[in-house]
Amino acid sequence: MKVNPDFFPLTQMAQRFVDQLAQCRRLGLTVLEASEHHVLIELPYSTELIGYPDTGVIHGGVITTLMDTACGSAVVSAIFQKYQSLEISPTLDLRVDYMKPAQPHKSVYGFAECYKLSSNIAFTRAIAYQDSIDDPIAHAVGSFMRISPEMVGDAFRQALMGEAVPPLGETNELK
Amino acid sequence: MSSNKTTDTIPTESKILDVQGIVKRATELNDFGHLLEHVPYAKFIGMKVERFGDELIFKLPAKDDNIGNPILPAIHGGVIAGFMEMSAIVQLMVFMQTAKVPKVVDFSIDYLRAGLHKDSFAECRITRQGRRVANVNINCWQTNRKQLIATARAHFLID
Repeated sequence: MKVNPDFFPLTQMAQRFVDQLAQCRRLGLTVLEASEHHVLIELPYSTELIGYPDTGVIHGGVITTLMDTACGSAVVSAIFQKYQSLEISPTLDLRVDYMKPAQPHKSVYGFAECYKLSSNIAFTRAIAYQDSIDDPIAHAVGSFMRISPEMVGDAFRQALMGEAVPPLGETNELK
Repeated sequence: MSSNKTTDTIPTESKILDVQGIVKRATELNDFGHLLEHVPYAKFIGMKVERFGDELIFKLPAKDDNIGNPILPAIHGGVIAGFMEMSAIVQLMVFMQTAKVPKVVDFSIDYLRAGLHKDSFAECRITRQGRRVANVNINCWQTNRKQLIATARAHFLID
């Protein structure tokens, strides 16, 4: 299902944020939706990510990475909308409860919300699912530390605003 | 959406992993890296393990693909969590001689410092081992073992 990107105007900005993270590029994470309230990210299946070789189920660590990224993007989006500024918030803690294994050969979706933004801390929660959000694979709760926007470098700011061409730390030559 | 499946080697459900056999062999050879070779995700993040007497020390060598924050740069928090979770699984397989790969029930991590772009290490302590569930504590550090970058606790289903 393709959603009109105009409906969630922060989608492109959130995708550029996710693309700045090497691990997320490697996992092939795609931001499907982003708004001041939520972020929805797709994680495609890959045999490289298997954690349980006898079933082909992906490793819990991949779900944790998806949750951390989704929650972090939700914080970036919420702050961007509320203060028109860019902040990168490091994760303080993250708890993930695994309800059932992810089915192999299918994408996993991570839906995250930043439900409270205080002056120092951002509080988030997220759900990972495949077929329906009402039948979750995992549930996560995380808190993030807010740091001043000055900590964000110019190159990173430009990259998030879609002004810089190559991702940070990467030269133009392709591997 | 599901029609674009790749045709590369997909493990089938019929291939049952002989966990105890693999652990036994690893113990005999004193090569626990052998255990990790069976898990694609362990290779994906590039983790290693070594045994020192009764202790297992896990290592996550610095790797560009594991970067999250590009400004510092720092390892992605999810990768640190995945590394620690995998460490706990191996710890349980080796010391509890589980018949199957333990399944994670919950995982709670506290990030204490940024995990910089260098080698990271982890050690695990099995806090309690019940009949069905085990509680494991995992610590992760970089240059100084007393300056943890993250600490986590997790529950696993074992059978």
